[in-house]
Amino acid sequence: MPLVLNEEQNMLKDAAKDFCGKSTPITELRKLRDDKDETGFSRDIWQQMVELGWAGITIPEDFGGLGFGYLGMGVVMEECGRTLTASPLMSTAVLGSSAILSGASDEQKAELLPALAGGELLTALALEETPHHSPYNISTTAEKSGDGYKLNGSKKFVLDGHVADQLVVVARSSGTAGDRDGLSLFLVAADSDGISTTRTIMADSRNAANIELSNVQAPATALLGAEGKGADVLDKVLDVGRIVLSAEMLGGLQEAFERTLEYLKVREQFGVPIGSFQALKHRAAEMFCEIELSKSVVLEALSALDEDSDEVPKLASLAKARLTDTYNLVSSEAIQMHGGIGMTDEHEIGFFMKRARVCEHSFGNAAYHRNRYGELEGY
Amino acid sequence: MATLREFREETQAWLADNCPDSMRGSGTDAEAVAGGTSQTYENPGAKVWLDRMAEKGWTAPMWPSEYGGGGLSRDQFLILQDEMIRINARSPIGGMGFSMIGPTLLDYGTEEQKQRHLPKIVNGEIRWCQGYSEPGAGSDLASLATKAEDMGDHFLVNGQKIWTSGAQNADWIFTLVRTEPQAPKHEGISFVLIDMDQPGVKVNPIKLISGSSPFNETFFDDAIAKKEDLVGQLNRGWTVAKRLLQHERSSISGMSSGGRRGRYDNLRSLSQIARDYIGMDDGKLADLVLRDQIIGNTMTSKAFSLTQRRAAAENASGGTPTFATSMFKYYGSELGKDRLELQLKAMGTQSFGWEGDMFTSEERTLTRTWLRSKGSSIAGGTSEIQLNIIAKRVLGLPD
Repeated sequence: MPLVLNEEQNMLKDAAKDFCGKSTPITELRKLRDDKDETGFSRDIWQQMVELGWAGITIPEDFGGLGFGYLGMGVVMEECGRTLTASPLMSTAVLGSSAILSGASDEQKAELLPALAGGELLTALALEETPHHSPYNISTTAEKSGDGYKLNGSKKFVLDGHVADQLVVVARSSGTAGDRDGLSLFLVAADSDGISTTRTIMADSRNAANIELSNVQAPATALLGAEGKGADVLDKVLDVGRIVLSAEMLGGLQEAFERTLEYLKVREQFGVPIGSFQALKHRAAEMFCEIELSKSVVLEALSALDEDSDEVPKLASLAKARLTDTYNLVSSEAIQMHGGIGMTDEHEIGFFMKRARVCEHSFGNAAYHRNRYGELEGY
Repeated sequence: MATLREFREETQAWLADNCPDSMRGSGTDAEAVAGGTSQTYENPGAKVWLDRMAEKGWTAPMWPSEYGGGGLSRDQFLILQDEMIRINARSPIGGMGFSMIGPTLLDYGTEEQKQRHLPKIVNGEIRWCQGYSEPGAGSDLASLATKAEDMGDHFLVNGQKIWTSGAQNADWIFTLVRTEPQAPKHEGISFVLIDMDQPGVKVNPIKLISGSSPFNETFFDDAIAKKEDLVGQLNRGWTVAKRLLQHERSSISGMSSGGRRGRYDNLRSLSQIARDYIGMDDGKLADLVLRDQIIGNTMTSKAFSLTQRRAAAENASGGTPTFATSMFKYYGSELGKDRLELQLKAMGTQSFGWEGDMFTSEERTLTRTWLRSKGSSIAGGTSEIQLNIIAKRVLGLPD
């Protein structure tokens, strides 16, 4: 795999950097937070992203997308990560698109993909049921009912769950919680009878919701993938989510690091810049190394997605574990090195640490992914 | 691209015909060839392999062919490496001639110096060692005191070097000497090449914690360095010295092979060893805490080798190593030390065997490899010095 970006990808990255710098600086996130904005992102900005083609970056051109692949999506998310941009890109253009691309029938694709690429449809993945990522530990039930299914259960931490038009619900059609077999994925309208949604307000000022499903009727045509074989689709969608989220985290941690480095050069104590102290220099140099390794694993994992390589699961775990550890390290050190000013709400550096911890628990923390990497290696 | 494909096919065919069977598969450190007048060949295949590779210039694949090198492009070099790895061919020869002084002469040597020294490195005739550190000049290398007096047609060298790896078997030594005692410390140093086969050079081995003696003290007592063997300008040797250090760090970190070959590739993987000594329970290593650490180290190694490959890809010209070499030197040696510590934990009481049949040869080798690994973050500039360099040169933090 090349491990360098091509010219098109570099151009997309520059365009994204320009857009995020101008349209979605951190002041925008702060405003959404302080205004208690009900949507949690700006529909106007989202429309502009759609016009730039971002909603359809990974969707093939035949379905109205850009067909730019995951390296393309990765560079956009990296730039969004730098400015902590709130948008439905992850929930819709990454998770929703990949669920439909890997699980949907031809008719479903023809109907849904152009709508996703055109920004007419927002989706959310309703997966988690406990405070810890555990994708097969599903108790939400899907019982046969007439020609379709009846869904019952509770979902937590559903990214963009309160604004989505369609939900991808992970439910169990057979077996018991913990089994990989017996999971089924359903695409249901968020306003279906029996669905109640409560937005959760979190430290990172981004969007999630808890969702209750009570006797929700889903027709057989709502199935994504085969009944009982939903994990085949889910595993793929989650690996896509892990890798693209890692790209977002890469942007955030680089920004936090660069801001901290700048502060080390200008903040003076004892009559000299604090960056002249070896105690801080060595920690900064160590972070630099971790960041360089992080860049490599994200690039390799994004390339693996584009090449549909067998290495995707391992690289997804490698990327998510490493980026989790590195974002946590850099964002915590950023506050420590900023000193008192880093503790204030007025300063932006604290936003990165809040985002880092929410990212940590999205799609599995570092320990989860080390364990998974070991399992994939057979020990 | 068609020519690269052809190159791969030709290389494959040539290697298949020319690499002796006895030079395939991983060899021990003791079997590694470094050339020079002290080199012996217990395995005749090693000499055959060296001569055949040297004739093609493939012992130094990317050096220009006018100095005996292979004249390969970076892409061709990577293909050659891939193909050698594919048939498990050992490296025909290694050592400081290839990793340090050769590349430095290519950067800073005169035409005459390149003609005189490089071909003898390529064909294994001369083995080199490094005269840098002194008892009073370790991390603060520029405070070195070995003195070289200008005697008209030669320099007279007096002083002591230490940690001179392989000096007991080397033919020549590249040496930092002080030629202008009154100048500020970085500005009075020169870089000279010294023939060790003279009465003024004496070598005394130092026994290390690992029990072996790869290091020496090297004494210069009225030793002679010829004027024609001054590399770079008089009193401007520090510039040459720093470039050589970059090549050294690049080599220590495995960076020079583009991440294809790691320092401990000849050892079995951590997970294999842990399986044997800890056992499995329900598909996982039975010690779950150690398992987490072993997986963590394995994943970091993977990320590190991807980063070496990324750096190689970004540095497409394949030219001079940059200040990123400090990162690879620092990170690679620390990672390697961590790995060996984990290997010890995995092997438990079998991990510290010193000699005798109560321990397997792998176990005894490991004990010494572990001890020897502690030097990797000291030699070639300590980890702390590397962090200083990154902070200053890469991050631009103030002094």
